[in-house]
Parts: sequence; C-alpha cells; structure tokens
Amino acid sequence: MPFPILTSLVAVPVAGALLLFFVRDEEQNEGLIRNIALVVSLLVFGETILLWSRFDPGSAEFQFVERYGWIPAFGIDYAIGVDGISLLLVVLTGFLTPIALLSSWESVHKKTRAFCMVMLLLESAMFGVFLSIDLFLFYVFWDAMLIPMYFLIGIWGYDRRIYAAVKFILYTMAGSVLMLLAILGLAVLHNQVGGGYSFDLLALYELEIPAHLQFWFFLAFALAFAVKVPLFPFHTWLPDAHVEAPTAGSIILAGVLLKMGTYGLVRFAFPLFPLAAAYFAPYLALLALIGIIYGALVAMVQPDLKKLVAYSSVSHLGFVVLGIAAMNTQGVQGAVYQMLNHGVSTGGLFLIVGMLSDRRHTRQIADFGGLKAVTPRLVAAFLIVTLSSIGLPGLNGFVGEFLILLGAFAWDPRYAAFATSGVILSAVYMLWMFQRVNYGPVSATNAALADLRPREWVMLVPIIAMVILMGVLPNLFLRPMGPSIERLLEQVRRGAPIEVQAN
Amino acid sequence: MLVLIPLLPLLGFLLNASFGRRLGKSASGAIAVGAIALSFALSVGAVYRLVQLPPDARAIVQHVFTWITSGEFEAGFTLRLDPLSALMILVITGIGSLIHVYSTAYMHEERDAEYARYFSYLNLFAAFMLVLVLGANFVVMFVGWEGVGLCSYLLIGFWYQKKSASDAGNKAFIVNRIGDFGFLLGVFLVFVQFGTIDFQEVARAAASLSPETTFGAMSLITLLLFVGATGKSAQIPLFVWLPDAMEGPTPVSALIHAATMVTAGVYMIGRNAVLFSHAPETLAIVAIVGAATAFFAGTIGLVQNDIKRVLAYSTVSQLGYMFLAMGVGAFGAGVFHLYTHAFFKALLFLGSGAVIHALAGEQDLRRMGGLRRELPITYWTFLIGALAIAGVPLLSGFFSKDEILFRTYASGHTVLWVVGLLTSLLTAVYMFRLVFLAFHGERYVPAVGHRHAEDEAPVVPGDHGAPAAGMDRSGHPHGHGRPGERLHDAPAPMALALIALAAGSILAGYVGLPHALGGSAMLETFLEPSFTIAGAQDSGEPAAGEPGDSHAAESGQALELGLMGVSTAVALGGIAIAVFFFLRNRDLSGRVAERFSGLHTVLQNKYYVDEIYDATIVQPLHIVSEQGLWKGIDVRAIDGAVNGVAQAVGGLSERLRRLQTGSVRAYAASLFLGVVLILGYYVWR
Repeated sequence: MPFPILTSLVAVPVAGALLLFFVRDEEQNEGLIRNIALVVSLLVFGETILLWSRFDPGSAEFQFVERYGWIPAFGIDYAIGVDGISLLLVVLTGFLTPIALLSSWESVHKKTRAFCMVMLLLESAMFGVFLSIDLFLFYVFWDAMLIPMYFLIGIWGYDRRIYAAVKFILYTMAGSVLMLLAILGLAVLHNQVGGGYSFDLLALYELEIPAHLQFWFFLAFALAFAVKVPLFPFHTWLPDAHVEAPTAGSIILAGVLLKMGTYGLVRFAFPLFPLAAAYFAPYLALLALIGIIYGALVAMVQPDLKKLVAYSSVSHLGFVVLGIAAMNTQGVQGAVYQMLNHGVSTGGLFLIVGMLSDRRHTRQIADFGGLKAVTPRLVAAFLIVTLSSIGLPGLNGFVGEFLILLGAFAWDPRYAAFATSGVILSAVYMLWMFQRVNYGPVSATNAALADLRPREWVMLVPIIAMVILMGVLPNLFLRPMGPSIERLLEQVRRGAPIEVQAN
Repeated sequence: MLVLIPLLPLLGFLLNASFGRRLGKSASGAIAVGAIALSFALSVGAVYRLVQLPPDARAIVQHVFTWITSGEFEAGFTLRLDPLSALMILVITGIGSLIHVYSTAYMHEERDAEYARYFSYLNLFAAFMLVLVLGANFVVMFVGWEGVGLCSYLLIGFWYQKKSASDAGNKAFIVNRIGDFGFLLGVFLVFVQFGTIDFQEVARAAASLSPETTFGAMSLITLLLFVGATGKSAQIPLFVWLPDAMEGPTPVSALIHAATMVTAGVYMIGRNAVLFSHAPETLAIVAIVGAATAFFAGTIGLVQNDIKRVLAYSTVSQLGYMFLAMGVGAFGAGVFHLYTHAFFKALLFLGSGAVIHALAGEQDLRRMGGLRRELPITYWTFLIGALAIAGVPLLSGFFSKDEILFRTYASGHTVLWVVGLLTSLLTAVYMFRLVFLAFHGERYVPAVGHRHAEDEAPVVPGDHGAPAAGMDRSGHPHGHGRPGERLHDAPAPMALALIALAAGSILAGYVGLPHALGGSAMLETFLEPSFTIAGAQDSGEPAAGEPGDSHAAESGQALELGLMGVSTAVALGGIAIAVFFFLRNRDLSGRVAERFSGLHTVLQNKYYVDEIYDATIVQPLHIVSEQGLWKGIDVRAIDGAVNGVAQAVGGLSERLRRLQTGSVRAYAASLFLGVVLILGYYVWR
C-alpha cells in the first residue's frame, strides 16, 4: 500500500496538537510549545510540496485517492483525493500556516499551548475541506473548521472579539445548515434512483438531478458558499472578524478560509447542478460585480488598516466569483489562480498590518505617516505586497485578474467592463492608504519604530518570493490545474447544454 | 540577445535597490550609468544588425519564455526589434544615458541611500520602458506600460515627505489606471476578435479585412486602446496628472515626463498602425483630441509662472501634435516628432533643472531674470532648445513639426491644420516668454523682509542633507542663489548632457529631411515597414500626402514648400510677439493680463479642470462611499438587520440559556448533535 499522503496531511497536524497536549508546564515551556507547532507545520508544508512534486499535471482525475467505508449504512465514506483545482490550495494552506504561527510569536502570550493546538487543528480541518470527495466528510470538516476559528477570534482577539466570533459563527452556520439539507437531499435522491445512499462526489456528479431540485440545491449550496466568500450582501461578518482576530487568525481567515467559498462553488455547486448554475451564473456575477466595486469603495474610506484590507478582500473575491461564473477556461483558471494570489498577498498585507500594530498598538491609518524614513525595509516589503494586491504586471495579482477579466469578457463584455473599473479603484484605495501610512512627515511617536526583525524577515521573504515567482512564472502553477479545469468545464457544459448555445 | 537590453538596467536596479545604501554615491551612480550606457551600446549593436537586413525583413525576434498559458490564450515573453522599436530603444537608452549622467551631479546633495534609491528607480524605469517598446504582443507591452507607470509614481513622489509630491504620484498612477481600464478592455477585445495578442498576427489579420466604414469592432478596439494612450500620454481628458508630475526631480521630468514614457501612447498607435488605419472613425477622434489638446495646453502654458509647469504644458501640447499626426494617418511624421521632441524637450527640462539647481530650488519665473550672463552654458543650450521647439528653420523641431502640419493639410484636415498652426504660434510665444523672463532682463531682487516660501517649510527630522519638504527641489541646502552672490553654471556632468542634447536638437531633424528640401525622408522610409504588413495587399489608403507619381510629387513639393513658409512665418511671428511683450514692454503684458483678467484667471487656473474633476467625481465618490455605502448600507442596513435577528434570537435563547452550560464547547457539541439528529430523521422516517 502506498504511503497515504493525503491522510497524513490531515493527521499530522492533529498528532502535533495531541503532542502539545502532553507538554507540561505551559508557562515554562512556551518556547518549546511554539517550536513543536512550527516544526509540525513546516513538516506538513514539506509534505504538501512533496505532494505537488508527485502530482501528475497531465491528469484531470483525482489522485492519491483514499477511500474507506465509514458509515456504510448511509453510504458515507472516508474518501479523500486531490486534483488540479485543490492541489495548490492545499499547498497554499501548508505555506501559510507556519507563517501564521510565526506571526503570533511575540503578540500571543496567553494560553500559548491552546493557541498552537487550535492553529494545528484548524490546518487539519482546512486540508480536510479541500481534500474531501465525500460530501458528508466535506461537511464534517467544513463545520469542524469553524470551531478552532471561533476560538481563535474569541480568545486571542481584540476588544470586541466575542461579538465578532459569534457573528462569524452565526453567519456561517446559517449558510451551512441549508447546505447540509441539500447534501442529505442528494444522498436521498441517489437512493431513490436505485443506487443506495451515497455521498460520494464522483457518484453524485453522474446523478441526473431534475431541474427544479437543482434549482433549490444550488441555492442552498450557493448560500453557504456566498457567506464564506463573502459575497455582497453576506459580507458584513468579515470586517468584524478580521478586525478582532489576531494576526494569525486574519492570515488564515483571508488566506485560506475565504477560498473555501469559491472552492465550494467550483467543486460542488457548479458541477453538481449545471443547469441551475447556468441559470444563476448571471446573478452570481452581478453580486460579484457589486462586491468588486462596493468593496473597493468602502475600503477606500476605512480609517482602520485591517478593515481596509478586509473590504479589499470582498473586492478581490468578487473577481474570483466573476471568473467562476464565466465558466470558461480563462475565467475559472484565473479564478483559481486569484484564490492563490489573494492568499499570498492578502496574507502578506495582514502580516504587515500586524507588524505595524505590534509596534504601535493601533491600526488607525491616521496614527501613522512617514514610516518610509523610519522603517525603510518594512515599507519596501509593504510596497511590493501593495503592488501585488493592485495587480501590477510582473507580480502575482496581475495574472489572476487578467485571466478572470479576459474570461469574463469572452462571456459577456459588460461584466468585464464593470469589473475592470475595480482595477482603477484598487489603485485608489491601496495607494491612498500607502501614502498616508508611509509618506509625509513622521511624528515623534512613530520616529522610534524598529525596522524589520529577523523573525519578520523569515515571514516576509517567502511571501515576497511567491509574489514575484507567481507573477513571473505563472505557468508553473497554471499547468497542473489545467486538465482538471477542462474536465470541470466539460462536465458543466454537458449538464447544461442550453448555456453552450447561449454562448 | 535582445533581452539583455532591458535586463542590464534591471540588474542595475537590483544592485542599487539591494545594496545601494552601503555602496556610496560614486559606486551607485557608476552602476546606474554603466547599466544604461551598456544597454545603449547593445542597442546600437542590435540596431546595426537590424539595418543590415533588407528593408522588408527588418525584424529580430527573441522568444524569451512562455509567460501565461491558459487554454487557447498564450502570452509569450517575446521581444521584437523592428524599425519603430529600434528608434525607440536608441532614444530611451541614448537620451536616458545622458540624463543618468546629468543626474549624478543634480542629485548629489541627497544622502547615499536616497541617491541609490533614485538611481535604482531610474534604472528600473529604463528597463520597463525598453520592455514596453520591445514587447512583441499586447501583454508584454502592458508589463512595460504599467511598469513605467510605477516608476513614474515612485519618482514623482521621490521626495515623499512632501505631501504635494506623494499626492502627485498617486494622481499619476490613478489617472493612468483610468487609461489602462480602456487599454485592458481593448486587449480583451483584440483577443476575442482575432484570437491572438501578437502585434504581427493582429496586424496581419486586420490587413486582410477592409477598412471599417462604420464604427465596428476595430474602431472599438482602437478607441479603447486610445483611451489608454490618453492616460499615458496626457491627452484630454486625462492630461491632469502630467503638470502635477513636475513634483519629481527635474531629470525625471526630462526623461519620463518629456522624452520617453509620455510618448508611449504615440508609440502604441504606431505599433498598431495597421489596426488604426482600418478604423478611420477612431483616427478622426485621435486627430481631433490631439489637436484640441495641443491648442488647449498651449494656452495654459502661456500664463504659467512655474518654469517646469510651462514646460509640462508644452509637453502636453507637443504630444497633442504627435497624436494629430497619428490621427491623420501620418504615422511616420508623428514618430519623427516624438524623436526630435525627445531631444529638445529633454534639453529644455534639463536646462530648467540647471536654473533651479543654480537658484537653490527657485522655480518661479517671476523670481528669475537676467540669468544669461551668469549661466552661459545653460542659457545658450536652452535657447537652442527653445528655437527648436518653436519650429525655427534648420533645427530639428522645424522638420518634424512641419511634416505634421503638411500631412495634416494634405490629407484635407484644414481646420486641424489651422489649429496646429495656432498652436505653433502659442508654442513660440510661451517658450520665448519663458526664455526672456528667466534669462533676460534684470536679476530678481526680493523685497526687504520678504520671506521665501522655503523658509516656512517644516524641517524634516532625521533627514539632514536631504531637501526639506517644500523647498529646494534640487537638493541644495546651502544658500546660493541669493542676490549679489555669484551663481554657478551647470557642473560638468550636467553641462555635458546639455551640450550633447543641444547638438541633438540641432541635428536630429536631418535624418528626416523631406524630399521638398532635397532630402530623402530617410527616417520615415526606414520606419515605413513597421506601419504596414509586408506582403499583404494594403487595403488601407496610402498615407496622406505621400508622393505618388512624379507629377503629383512636384505639386506636392510646391505645396510643402509653401506650407513651410507659412509655418516659419508663424514661428517667427510668435517669437516676435514674445519679444514685444516680454522683452521690450514687460509692463504691457501685465496690462494686457489685467485688461483680460477674466480670461487670464481662467488660464492661470488651467480652466479649473482639476477643480471640476474634484467636485464632480472625487468628492461625490468619497461622500457616497463613506456615508452611503459604508455607514448607510453596511453598518445600518445589513448589520442592523443581522444584529436585529441576533437580538431576537438572543432574547429567545435567554430563556433557553439555563438548559445550556453557556460554554463554547457545549455549542460545538450541540452543533454535532444537530447534524446527527437531522441525519437520523432522514434515515428513520
């Protein structure tokens, strides 16, 4: 039997968390605890890279599939696998977790052990979400992921953390309850057509679902995912969650968790219910467009750095949804690419905002100014990440945005025209923020701030390296996702022949 | 090895950006100058190889790597040297080298780290600009296009402690982004329409179509691309960023905001000449916008008092000329003017820099005067530049400007020709107004007790040696330029650049000496293959005014000579007006300004375009976003609803609370329980 690499991705972080549980004397062994967590997360990251290197980029199928019966009576399996769409999201998760752990090195001193355990459990659940090819298993991981995130915000957050944590949980739960019903409905349907209960994604892909059921199921799935993305008007949990979350929480939340919404659309909602998807795609695109422009405009007027970045996520994720709704090669490939980009560059932005707030104990833009004279290296890194977020060609953001807009244009030029205005607005809010924080005269309070420390270099260098690598050699990342995306498009087209004619 | 041409300045950037603060000025200056000079040498070599090829086959292509592949979309990082890009790389690296040399002296008062930062940006700019003109497809061009915008942003805001500088940087970037919005959509439409983004393939596909008679796909493509050009090349309505861009160090204004980057829009049209010549509707718009901008900016330039702003509006105006040429289909003439303009406008900016340098940061023409005696090199070279831009015969500007006016007239655009001629008059007037105010008359003596604006500038802490905000753009803290003190003319590196550019301003035009004056229009013949597709039957109309048979050629030449006479008279007339008002009767100019004070105020305030944009776009957007979207929709409407529901639920659960422990763990457990219950229900029923 080959080494169960996917299971180990899910299991190793849990094992790490268990190991931490047995470390005695939390106060004294704080360093040890942190190091164990970091080593575990690095090990897992190494595994994700190994997975990538072993992955066959020419194949569209799920690879490294492991399947064991779990609750045979209901057709529930423990089934995990990876394809071109999920592969790099898994790598992204592996990449960001050590950085998130490091980001809290000096800011989290309360219940360090629990913090590290929560982070590792979260990582495990995130892998589970991206890897599950059994809908029930997916739902278990989907909900399981909420719990560590809830604690992360609720325990290690800022002042209004309880409000933010509860809002986060309620919003997400409200969305996912309906999805659970739809999942159960699918299994029942599979039983009715004589196949027995099944939650197996591949089996359900083949299921002929009547149009009216597709309609409702799609809505249920889409609502859960729309909250997660978040799509306008379901986005108001996000700014609060980000503002109250500790830096590590923000990095994971923006970097990985938001992608689960868009991932869910690509993996489940569109291919399972192609007819409904074709019907709803223009509406989704419309919400995405509103999100792009609305998020950018609201980001522009935020006085708080974290809120600004949070609203910018609403705008950026709007691009992703638009690309998915376009359902053509460039649109979807751009969307998946943009998920990775957003993870890297928004992760980077939250990291930098965290560094600033660690130093200054404020996140108000107005409290900063003139940092370029004080912390030139930090500001240089800040600039690169900012430019990446703006989508400057040569850096990662451009590739995703360009492909999405190209795909959207091929689908319907009107959407692309409106979405492209987001390109202007992103420059407006990001550069204006950058100016107010880094340029101008420096106040006495800011004049003594320290420049980058070694630990901070260690976090920023990989981010910047990725920003440049993904901008200069995007085919490295685009190639493995190609076949799986073509298969997805094929499947959606097969299920919704009307849409093909419309195009 | 075309890729080395942009790669060398990129390396210079990396070196100075990484180690600049430890290198010291001479090392970082040497790296930057060396990088661009080597790049120039390589360019010369590459162009030499190019001209060895037969005219129809003049292209050197290098596919560096495949950049983006997605389905049938493919963007290769491919460079292509053809006559048009050959001319551009020579201008970029040649004039670029001179400006680098000039900068070594001009920026010398900056701290080491700042000095290295400056040169790193300047090298990075050169790298992106070279990518822009060498790129063989739209996406690679866009890399350069946005990259130069970034460098422009960084260099305009170089003195970042000054709010006006960083504001100007933001404005430049954002206004350019508005243009990019059009450019990107144009590129998407190109891909959807032609299935490729390669310039050659697009041109070939377009050449096989007949020119559009109505506003069709090609008209839309070109119009969208032109929107991009109005941003980058500062045309109506997106010209507003360029005058503000003068906040940057003066050599930057010379290189980026006069000689190279701002001409990218003109270059882009030249690059897509086949496409544009199939879209006559767009061409008409290009011509009209160009002529209107040329005139409009010229009128503003007439009354500005900041030496650099006069030059900035002059640049906007001259760029308008180039677009006029492109719009009437005279691509060769437009690029010819781009090339001569690069020399004399760079010269004028560098000359103004020498003045500012000598006067410790003074930019106000009203506080200059009589500088010709103390700054002879600056004066004479500046004068040559002014004569060239005014269109005085035998200097470079004369040939190129005349070519444009002739082509405009010959293609039947009489109205545009008149506008062009009027602009020519304005050009001569404002340039010589500048010359006379700055260099002639008496030295300005400040009134007793007068406080210079710079005395009020806040001191920047921890930044000694660097220019304090609001003063002394040249970076000279020591106070020369006070009356009675002897002024220093340009130091050697600056003088070298000035003299070289002055020579260029005189001579550069002779490569394009028209047939009418016994020349062979060598430059335009050389460029011609870039504007057509070899082998394809050219269904586009032959470029206007092109000499056909010998009889037509003769009458064409007679016309050309006649028009030349007219424009020469206009140029000299303009200079005469300037002599009359600004040299002989200065009081009179003041009285005229008072007599027409309404118009004067409007001009001085640049037609209030900035204010109009601010009041109609910027402020409303801000207020709507803050009060309407954020506080209205987000906080009040959506969150209000969410919190309302939560409170209702909260009220209910208050009663159920006793059943629960209230701990989060319990909630998690109940979550799981709920799942099991629902599942159980489904199975059991």
